[in-house]
Formats: sequence, C-alpha cells, structure tokens
Amino acid sequence: MSFLIGENMTGGYGSVDILHSCTVGVERGEIAVVVGPNGAGKSTAMKAMFGMLALRGGRVIMKGEDITALKPQERVLRGMGFVPQTQNVFPSMTVEENLEMGAFIRRDDVAETMGQVFDLFPILKDKRHQPAGELSGGQRQQVAVGRALMTRPDVLMLDEPTAGVSPIVMDELFDRIIEIARTGIAILMVEQNAKQALAIADKGYVLVQGANRYTDTGEALLENPDVRRAFLGG
Amino acid sequence: MDILNALTVIGNFVLIPGLAYGSQLALGALGVTLVYSVLRFSNFAHGEMMSFGAMLSVLVTFWLQSAGIGLGLLPTALIALPVSILGTILLCLLIDRLVYRYYRQTRAPNVTYLIVSIGVMFTIGGLVRFIIGPSDRIFTDGSRFIIKARSFKEMTGLNEGLAIKMTQGVTLATAIVIVIAVFWFLNKTRTGKSMRAYSDNEDLALLSGINPERVVMITWVIAAALAAIAGTLYGLDKSFKPFTFLQLLLPIFAAAIVGGVGSPVGAIAGGFVIAFSELFITFAYKKVLTYLLPESLAPESLMQLLSTEYKIALSFVILVIVLLIRPTGLFSGKTL
Repeated sequence: MSFLIGENMTGGYGSVDILHSCTVGVERGEIAVVVGPNGAGKSTAMKAMFGMLALRGGRVIMKGEDITALKPQERVLRGMGFVPQTQNVFPSMTVEENLEMGAFIRRDDVAETMGQVFDLFPILKDKRHQPAGELSGGQRQQVAVGRALMTRPDVLMLDEPTAGVSPIVMDELFDRIIEIARTGIAILMVEQNAKQALAIADKGYVLVQGANRYTDTGEALLENPDVRRAFLGG
Repeated sequence: MDILNALTVIGNFVLIPGLAYGSQLALGALGVTLVYSVLRFSNFAHGEMMSFGAMLSVLVTFWLQSAGIGLGLLPTALIALPVSILGTILLCLLIDRLVYRYYRQTRAPNVTYLIVSIGVMFTIGGLVRFIIGPSDRIFTDGSRFIIKARSFKEMTGLNEGLAIKMTQGVTLATAIVIVIAVFWFLNKTRTGKSMRAYSDNEDLALLSGINPERVVMITWVIAAALAAIAGTLYGLDKSFKPFTFLQLLLPIFAAAIVGGVGSPVGAIAGGFVIAFSELFITFAYKKVLTYLLPESLAPESLMQLLSTEYKIALSFVILVIVLLIRPTGLFSGKTL
C-alpha cells in the first residue's frame, strides 16, 4: 500500500473526462515524477489527487485512509502540501510573510520550520523582507516550495516547478527537491523537462491521454527505448 | 512681512482646510480600497455608509446633549463615535449576509456587484433620510477654535489671521490614529496579513487554509468603521446633510483611483492629492498676490482659477488625467 495513491482516477472538468482510470502513487522519502506529452492530463491528475477536481471514478488514499471526498484545505490539514504551477506566491507580500501565510493553519511557533526553509533556500533568508513579486522566477519558485513546506507536510506535490526557469536554476531546484525527499517527505511532481526529472525520480509515470502508458523506476524509463523514442526525443 | 502674510493666507484658507478635508477623503478612500482589494468590486454604497455612520453620531450626540453629557472643549460626537461605528458595522454585516453573500456564492461578475452596490447605496440613502430627514443638522459643540484668527494676529503681529477649528484638529488627530491602527493591523497581525494574502492571491490563500468568509467579514468591519469615522468627521467639520454624501462619493473614488486602487498607502495619498487640488485650484489668490506683488501690479479680479462650484468637476478631471497617463495610480494598484 502506497503512502499516497490515486487509484483508477477517472474524471475531468465538466462532462468530458480527461483522466481515464489513471493511477499515480508515491512512498515516503521517494520522488515520483509524472511525465507525458502536452494535454496528457498530468496536471489534471495532480489536481485530482489534491481534491481540486471531482472524480467520477477511483479513489485517493493517503496513510491508508480514503480521502477522496475531502476538500483541498482538509487535505492540507492531513499533511498534503501543494505548489501550483502559476500564481504560487503572494506577490505583494514579503518572502517572510509568504512563509507565514503558508503556516496559517498552524497555531504553534513556526520559527523553527521557517529556519529550516531558510537553510534549504539560503537566498530567501537574504531576501526575507523583499516582496515576493519582485524576485526572479527561480527565487519565486523557491518561495512557493518554501510556502508549501511551512505546514510540515508528509507529501509535497509540485506542478511543474521548473516551468520558465533557466537550466542552471532547474538543476539547483531539483537538488533542493532531492534534499527535501531525504528528510522523509514524499514528493510527487509533474514535469515538462522529462529527462532531467526522471533522472532524479525513484518512480516515473508516463501518461498519455489521461491513462497510464508506462510505469517504472525513473532509471528504467530513461533506458526504455520506446519511452526514449516517443517521449524523450531519442 | 508680506511674504509671511501671504503664506498665512494660504495656510488659513488652503493648507489647514486641505489637511482636514484630505483626512476625511483619505479615510473614505481607504475603506473603498480595502473593499475593492478583498471583495473585488467598487463599493458605490460607501458614501451612504458614511452617511449612515454620521447619522448615528448625530442622533447619539443629540441624545447625549439632552442628557447633559459632554466632553467640554471637545465635540460630544467623539463619545457617540463608538456607538456609530458599531451600528455601521452591524448594518454592513447585515447587508453582506442578506445581499452580497448571495452574489459571492453564485460567483457573480464584477459588473453585477457594482450594480448591486448601487442598489444598496439607494437603500441606505433612503433609510437615512427616512430616519433623520433630509435637512441640515449641526451637531458640532464644544470649543469652536483651537487657535482663533484674532489671537493668532495678536501673537504674531501679522495682518492676516490663521484659525484652526477644533473640528479640523479633531479630524486630523483621529485620522492619524486610525490610519496608524489600520496599517498596524494589516502589516503586523495574523488576521491582517491573511486579508492581504487573500487580496493578493485568492486561490493560494484558500490552499493555505485562510477562511474566505472570515476575511470578508473582517473587511466589512474595517470598511464600516472607517466609513462611520470619515462620515462623522466630515459632518462635524461641515454639517450633516444626507445628500452631500452622494456627492462625496466622487472625490473619494477619485482619491482611491489616483492613489492606485487596492493600495492602502495610495488611498491616503490620493485623499490629500484630491483635497489640495480642489482647494488650490478654486482658491482666490487676490489677497496673496496683493501681498507679494508691487502695488502697481496688484490684481483687480479675484484671481481664482476656477469657481468653487466646479469643485466636483475637478475630481473628474484629475480622475481622467490619471486614467489616461497612469491607470494603475500613483502607487501602482490594480487597474479597475
């Protein structure tokens, strides 16, 4: 039984199904990556697991409990953290305030967690009093990830964290994500940069048209000639 | 000496009234801007909310006066103010529950909100006139001046007097205290920050576990309190007349937009920009120029750029200029 798993998820926006019996799961301390061509339903699968999309079939199970009916906010309380692809910071608020807002549901002292986030992303500590909207794309992504970490989640879901950042920043972000996974947090992420993402993945899911096409370890998928030819550009 | 006299004239007729009027506009615009940034609509009912608050102050003040309770030198309305704030908050929460909440739940477009707020505006306006009547009420009491023109002349030996009315002093002092309190709340408290977060990025605020209904409620509480205070101060300074608040809506919106809608600092700045532009442009400079220019050049006419009747039109002009040149306002708020 996986730590977090969306089993046979079927659903979409309105009456048209985007996901067709799609299954995605992740273990504690592992990185699971969802890749696939545009319109494969990667982000939709992620949203479904976070409760932003009503499922017509299948279920979402976390820590052995069925959480299919829970709202996103309730899932946050259960230990899920979510980093949306766009608009994932509070632009007019300072970095520090962004992190504070991330910890809004916590009533205890958040200073320690904030310290951990600053250790993970030292640049944020220097820019703590600067509005998040004035930061560069890569730094903003760090704020977004840091914000989601403030609830001390058991599982962190990232929707294309490297969208629109330079290759150097992307490598840097992936390094940080590996560090986060080492602390025992389960990481589930959707990525456009399939090669690089699969290289750090313990488990990879290749989705096509809302259904699982290949599921294997990241390494095995990278070596699979069919996957290489069809999805990784040779 | 002539220069000092000229400056005193400007101080007496422009600077001091401008500071008081600007404070009133700033408080009003702050309320408009907060509602806009959190509830995302232009609340045209804000003027009538001010009127309602001022009306409560008038009624409570009359009652206190008849009971012989007063503050000595200060206006009795200051004791009435907490009651008026509370009443206006209750009215706003009631209206939100009965009217706005429905449109929030049905996710109505902004235009719908706007028109709904116009409906609310007429309703509150009607209610106020129903309760207190349309006529002019003067409820200012206590000492009339902090500094009288004549004692200023005696003190300084100048030809011109500088008078500071008690209501102007009270307005400025209250506005400073209230603005500091609002900014402290928005920037330092958890609830205030959650309001800013909600205004910044609604979806992310929801993900962070911020309760939208609570944010909306607190926004109404603050907007209502600001409206009641602004309305009461305006009523104290001029007089309370229900119809003036409809006219006041224009400079208040102009102030909010000039400053940058959604920006609280902008609202304050905008309030003073509008107030001083109105006064500087409608001021008759004859006396000032007589002091400054040699006798042969002394002006015959009033030397007024615009007659005071056009005061309201001026807000429009400034509004149009700002929207043309810098649509996000001085402090880069959101565009309407």
